[in-house]
Parts: sequence; C-alpha cells; structure tokens
Amino acid sequence: MTATEPSATDTAVRLREDSAVLRIGEDDGERLEAESSASDTSMIMNMGPQHPSTHGVLRLMLEMEGETVMRSKPVIGYLHTGMEKTAETLTYLQGPTNVTRMDYAAPLFSELAFSMATEALLGLELPPRATWIRMLMCELNRISSHLLFQATNGMDIGAVSMMLYGWREREEALRLLETITGLRMNHNYIRPGGVAADLPDGWRDEVLTLIDALPARLKEFDTLLTGQPIYRERLQGVGVINTAECLALGVTGPILRSTGYAWDLRRDMPYLAYDQMDFDVVVGTYGDCFDRYAIRLNEIRESIRILAQILDQMPSGDYRVQDKKVTPPPRARIDESMEALIHHFKIFTEGFKVPAGEVYAAVESPRGELGCYMVSDGSAVPYRMHIRGPSFVNLQTLPHLMRGGMVADAVAIISSVDPIMGEVDR
Amino acid sequence: MSDSVLHVPRDQLTETVAGLRDEGYVSVLDVTAVDYLEHPGRTDLPPEVAPERFELVVTLISHAAPGRIRLRVQVPADDPTVATLFDLYPGTEALEREVADMFGIIFEGHPDPSRILMPPDWEGHPLRKDFAVGRIPVQFKATR
Repeated sequence: MTATEPSATDTAVRLREDSAVLRIGEDDGERLEAESSASDTSMIMNMGPQHPSTHGVLRLMLEMEGETVMRSKPVIGYLHTGMEKTAETLTYLQGPTNVTRMDYAAPLFSELAFSMATEALLGLELPPRATWIRMLMCELNRISSHLLFQATNGMDIGAVSMMLYGWREREEALRLLETITGLRMNHNYIRPGGVAADLPDGWRDEVLTLIDALPARLKEFDTLLTGQPIYRERLQGVGVINTAECLALGVTGPILRSTGYAWDLRRDMPYLAYDQMDFDVVVGTYGDCFDRYAIRLNEIRESIRILAQILDQMPSGDYRVQDKKVTPPPRARIDESMEALIHHFKIFTEGFKVPAGEVYAAVESPRGELGCYMVSDGSAVPYRMHIRGPSFVNLQTLPHLMRGGMVADAVAIISSVDPIMGEVDR
Repeated sequence: MSDSVLHVPRDQLTETVAGLRDEGYVSVLDVTAVDYLEHPGRTDLPPEVAPERFELVVTLISHAAPGRIRLRVQVPADDPTVATLFDLYPGTEALEREVADMFGIIFEGHPDPSRILMPPDWEGHPLRKDFAVGRIPVQFKATR
C-alpha cells in the first residue's frame, strides 16, 4: 500500500499509455497475422461473436503470447439495430416499447429512464402509488437480472449446475413480473405518466412468497459457489481494477462498487422514493471478479429488504397521473362517452405533445448508471433520444482487466462485467 | 434533480473539462450529439451562443457534491471537428467513437477513430437527420 493515492491525472495518463487496448481495425487481424515475421511470437485471436461465453454477440480481438492475453479490443455493433434512430419516429407513448428491448435482462430500467426524461420535460408530478409501483417493479427486475448473472457466471466458470438454479429462481421472479405486466420480458409497463395498469389482486401474496423463498435459495448459492475452493480460485485476484481507473473510464455499478467505492444513485442521488428506503450499498474490497460476484449476490438480499419495506408502505391511489393530456381515459368511459372515444383515439394515434427542451434523467440499473438524454422540439415524437447504456461504457474495462491473464480468465472477466449486448449496440 | 448546463465554445472544451475535473467532476458519464438540422426553432440557447447544426453534449458527474453538469458545444456542419477528451478521461474513447460513427463529428487526437457500431465500410452517418430511415440496398459486404 503506497502512502499517496494516485491522482486522477496520473491514472488517466497511465490508462492512456498502458498498452492494454489493441487499436487496429476490425478487419486487420488476418492481414497483420500474414505480415508478421517468424520471430514475432504473438498472434491475434478472435473470440466471438459466436461464442457461448461472450453473452450474445461480443467479439474480442486478443493479442496472445502463448496462453497469455496481452492487448485486446472489444469489437461491437453486431446487434446494432439503430434503436436511437427508430426512437425519432415513435411517439412518447410508443417509446417504451423501443427502449425496453435495449437491456433485455433489465428492461424496466430503460423504460423508467425514458419515462422520467419525458416527465421532466412535461413537468409532471406523479401520484405516490405510481412511484411506489415503479420502485417495486424495478427491485423485482434487479433481482431477476442479478439471478441471471448468477446463472451465467456459474456456467462460464464451469459450475454448470449453477445455471439451472440461477435460471430457476430467475424464472420465479419473471413469473411474478408476468403476473403484473402481462409479459415475461420487454414489458412496456412503465410509461410516461405512470404505469400501464394497477397491480393485480393478490400481488402482495405473490411478492411475499417470492421474498420469503429467496433467502434460503441464496444460501444454497453460497454453499454451491461462495465457499467453494475451486470457484474462489478461478475468481479471486482475477481481473483487478481500482477506483481511480473505474472513475477515469466512466465505469458505474457493481464494477465501481467492487473497488470499495460506495456510489449508488439510489442512495446518493435518490429518484422515485428511494430516499425513504433503508438499505445498504454493497461494496467490495479488491475489485476482482469475486467481489463483483459477491456484490451482485448481496444486492439481491438488499433488494429483498427494499421489497419488504415497499410491501409495508405501498400507498393507495392512482397508478397514473390524471392529466388528460397524457393519460388515455379509462376503458369503461369509452363505451359511454363520445369525447372519451375521440380522446382515446387521438392519444394513441397522434400522441401527446411535449414542450421543447432537453433533459438527462438517470437511474441505477443492475449494471450501473442508465441515463436517457432527450431533446424535444415541441412535437409528439422525440427530436433525439439517446440512452447512456452502462454496459457500453463498462465494456471499456475489458482490455485493462484481461491484460496479462489467461484465456480462461478472460471468460471469467467477461462474465463478471455482465454486459448485455442489446444495450451495448442499441 | 435538474442538472446544471454550460454552453462552451468549441475551442475551450478541453480547458473547461480540465477545470471541471479539478473541481471534483470525477467521471465523464456520457458524450453524445444532436443534429439540429430539422429542428423548427431553438429557443433554449442564450443569446450569445450562435446555433450551429450539430451540438455535442458532454455529461460529467461530481460525487463529492452529488450533481451532474452538461456541457453543450456548438459544432458547425462545414467543419465538424472537436478536440478529443480522451487525454483527460480515457473513458470517452468508445463514446466519442460512437458520436463519430453516428454523426460524422471528427475528434482530433482520438487514438482509434474507426467506426464502432456500423460496419467499417459503411457510408454515411445514420443519426444525421438527412440520413433516411431504412435506406436500401443494404451495404453489408456479403450481399454484394
């Protein structure tokens, strides 16, 4: 341990000059291979985009020295479908159907960021129940997303039975999301002005059943993985990063917290009603793969704590704002009122107009700060909609984490960064 | 929760960001851009800022006194170049590559100015307002 912490400037200089990042074109690998001389013992290897451990379509160009990874470059864009361009043709009411497909493991967070940005432009104040339903749904979604991480992380490390357990618990959480929103994924549930529907009858019992069952299951995870010597051997001390490096690279979420730096938007820049919640921000110590695993496991436990508080305090009232400009009339009114029918038709065809302006709204997704930058020109579709995906920025840590490690470590590292390619490529 | 907004002349961006870093803005969260080509009327600019076609938007965050600041930089269409922030915050590398890919804004001094989301041989910059949605024929190599 040195006496002085490295300054931000030193870290930036080091990250810039540290040759961890391979900066060659994505087609140049083969050409360089052919040109390299016999004395050059390094070779460039492609991992992905079709590779079971790359979580979708991530491609890595690895410069290998034997079994050791030297420099590397993540090549992305294989899942790029121009969703930000598409967003410029969809009304504010259709927008959530688009952004929900970005981070498909935690879709409600993109919907939330989009809705919060729209509401900030509209100057809408939400009824308390809408806020609390959103918080309930987000914490359920955080649990399902972190359970998915537990499943895939276990599988990547070789603990294949973990995949079945993680998947089983995640399916329980998704079943609950389905009961409430009607869909397992891509819910389109959180919309500008509130949520799509009120909580169904019996939701309280279903949430209780889930949060009563989960702690015992998480204990099983501990038995299966946390105390397991082989598992620890694979993760401890692998892929180490420190706080200054994380900040310089713009990294947020569990990767930043794994370095022992407590930064969580829910606590530090509260949105929704998180300022009334009692929960701990889980931090690590060493910034390695094991810390990132343990943080996500314990964040599930914190989410269960938050859910228990939400169950106790869920207010009654409207689940969406009663502003006729934004909210369609209730279904029953359409049968009896001509105006309600016209109003309903206009909202779903023309949409509602949003005052001109620009705004940035951010939430703490399971992967870090998920922001939505929105520009309105006063019409019914966003002039520009940009999502700041945490996975996209976090992916830049890969070359720094992998440098000097083995290929097998690279698999563990990709898994511990937990990128969702839908959000990276958008 | 509204963030502070600062309009920065293009040639002062680097100094401004360096100054903000010393004030405790620890991370650049986001670098993006907007093409104002078809915007009907921009009323949110202060009178001393001359509107240009492109606007670069840089979002920084301070943790000590929690808050974000958004820098808005006007970038003219006939000379779409900005100095890179990579030297100050290495994390802007991918974000600037995305802006360059999508808007054709050139970041001077960027270490890897290649396309990031679109294929390397793609023509045009999709998020520009004059780039049509669903243009055919598709330019992927395999279809030629």
